[in-house]
Amino acid sequence: MNVLTYVHAFFADGAHWQGYDGIPRRLLEHIGYTLLALGLAAAVGLPAGLLTGHTGRGGNAVAFVATAARALPSFGLLVLIAVGIGIGLLPVMVPLVLLAIPPILVTTYEAVRSVDPSPVDAARGLGMPEAGILFRVELPAALPLVLSGVRSAAIQVVSTATIAAYVSLGGLGRYIIDGLYQRDYEKVAGGAALVALLALATLALFWGAGRLAVSPGVRRR
Amino acid sequence: MESVTKRYPDGTVAVDRLSLDIPDRAITVLVGPSGCGKTTTLRMINRMVEPTEGTILLDGEDLQRLPVTTLRRSMGYVIQNAGLFQHRTILDNIATVPRLLGWGKARSRERAAELMGRVGLDASLAGRYPYQLSGGQQQRVGVARALAADPPVLLMDEPFSAVDPVVRKGLQDELLRIQDELGKTIVFVTHDIDEAVKLGTMVAVMRTGGRLAQFASPADLLSDPADAFVEDFLGADRGVRRLSFFPSAGLELVTDAVVPLDAPAARLAASGAPYLLVTDPDGRPLGWGEPRDLIAGAIVPEGLLPYGRPFVPGTDSLRAALDCAVLSPTGWAVAVDADGRVSGVVSQQAIGEAIRSAHAAGRGDVAEVAEVAP
Ligand SMILES: Nc1ncnc2c1ncn2[C@@H]1O[C@H](COP(=O)(O)OP(=O)(O)OP(=O)(O)O)[C@@H](O)[C@H]1O
Ligand SMILES: [Mg+2]
Repeated sequence: MNVLTYVHAFFADGAHWQGYDGIPRRLLEHIGYTLLALGLAAAVGLPAGLLTGHTGRGGNAVAFVATAARALPSFGLLVLIAVGIGIGLLPVMVPLVLLAIPPILVTTYEAVRSVDPSPVDAARGLGMPEAGILFRVELPAALPLVLSGVRSAAIQVVSTATIAAYVSLGGLGRYIIDGLYQRDYEKVAGGAALVALLALATLALFWGAGRLAVSPGVRRR
Repeated sequence: MESVTKRYPDGTVAVDRLSLDIPDRAITVLVGPSGCGKTTTLRMINRMVEPTEGTILLDGEDLQRLPVTTLRRSMGYVIQNAGLFQHRTILDNIATVPRLLGWGKARSRERAAELMGRVGLDASLAGRYPYQLSGGQQQRVGVARALAADPPVLLMDEPFSAVDPVVRKGLQDELLRIQDELGKTIVFVTHDIDEAVKLGTMVAVMRTGGRLAQFASPADLLSDPADAFVEDFLGADRGVRRLSFFPSAGLELVTDAVVPLDAPAARLAASGAPYLLVTDPDGRPLGWGEPRDLIAGAIVPEGLLPYGRPFVPGTDSLRAALDCAVLSPTGWAVAVDADGRVSGVVSQQAIGEAIRSAHAAGRGDVAEVAEVAP
């Protein structure tokens, strides 16, 4: 039996589609963790990236935060916090948010820094206030890059959110962990396939968001 | 501007005790070599750069007293590569300042559409994005955007230097036309002395170190450069260029060397000129011919010498007339009226005399002034 037949068998089994451990429920849980972690990371990373990018100050701090956060092992952090304060949502969210902040923060910072300076100069010279310059000149021009930063954060969170299952929470990680424990390889392969599909769906979602949110004048199409 | 100095934090003195009285409703050009502080001077006027010392007054009021955004919105600002907002359509780019001033969307766009016409942009471009426009068109959008809220002052930093010479000439002519209609107070930065002389009502020549070398009208600048630096900056053909400021209307035109193609032989022989300008029955020039060939009937219109480029007395300057004469194979320039009919011909000698008397009537002598300079 190869992986594809495992996957096929997993999805063909009607029992996997319903109940407490059913695919719809686990998928929703997984999406829930992802959105929460991504939302928290964006709430920190986007404003910080936009502000440092606009002012040009704090570039070193951004680079330091990003490198430090990347060096943290997600799983290790999860175990450490779980041991410290017990299991729950918090030990899951901390590593996921810390994982998602660097790509969002660094890309946003770089995106705003690399915006063509002459429209910015023109806007300032025409009397546009600084906030207007940031949100109505720099951000629209930087948007494709900013979105790509959030997208790579989202993909990383989708695949890493499987660790939630280690601390008895749900999500698609359940199939992988339970499957390994029960030596149910159909479950493992099925869980992994679902994570991959969710990652692909995320890519599609960001592609669509780019089409909608980025001006054709910036896309040049 | 009263004794304005700008010293950047790194110690560079970009502008050094500059005093300048910029006239209302006229074009003042700041010109000088690269790095002489033109941009810095311009940007102190809309406070993109704050002066280290000195004051700048606008209609007698210190610029520092006005809120900076209010000040900037009352001054159009045009920069070298236009600096258009890539994510906005042409119409919305132009509507920027009206929108900042809180005009409604509809009214701002209406105004933007009006300005597209004024700067010579086709209305069909309104919905395009900047990347879909040529460099010259983008620059026109830049000018329209600066004019949108009808500011009394317009600041332009090398606005036409990134386009090719033909497009540049079109943009310069357009600016002069717009200025005739609107009468703005324009401060225009360029490093091109020809552009400065063409556009400026007044020209401020700056030298490296941010000091004013001379502030004068283009004609005075060409006739009386203040020192060797200015003279050198004006270039070798200053004398010829100065002729642009003398009208050709006073030239005495010779008419008996102009003959229609079917003129009687007696008339051809009578003029005594070495060459005759032959015209068609409507009086338009055909070319030059020698009297004896014409009398012999040996010449057909195709056999005549080309007459070059005619000038229009009254409209063209002495420089254009001299250019015609120099380019003409016979050394005579052809004058035509606005409809292209020959009004006479004039020799290089006659133009030379007109130049001498024009210089005598003008102020000072060019060569003397150059020699007393340090
Ligand atoms: N932000 C700055 N910090 C330090 N020095 C500066 C700054 N901006 C300009 N300078 C210096 O000030 C001087 C004048 O610069 P400015 O840009 O006003 O020259 P310019 O006449 O406009 O030159 P160009 O024709 O090349 O545009 C130059 O020596 C320049 O290096
Ligand atoms: Mg400059």
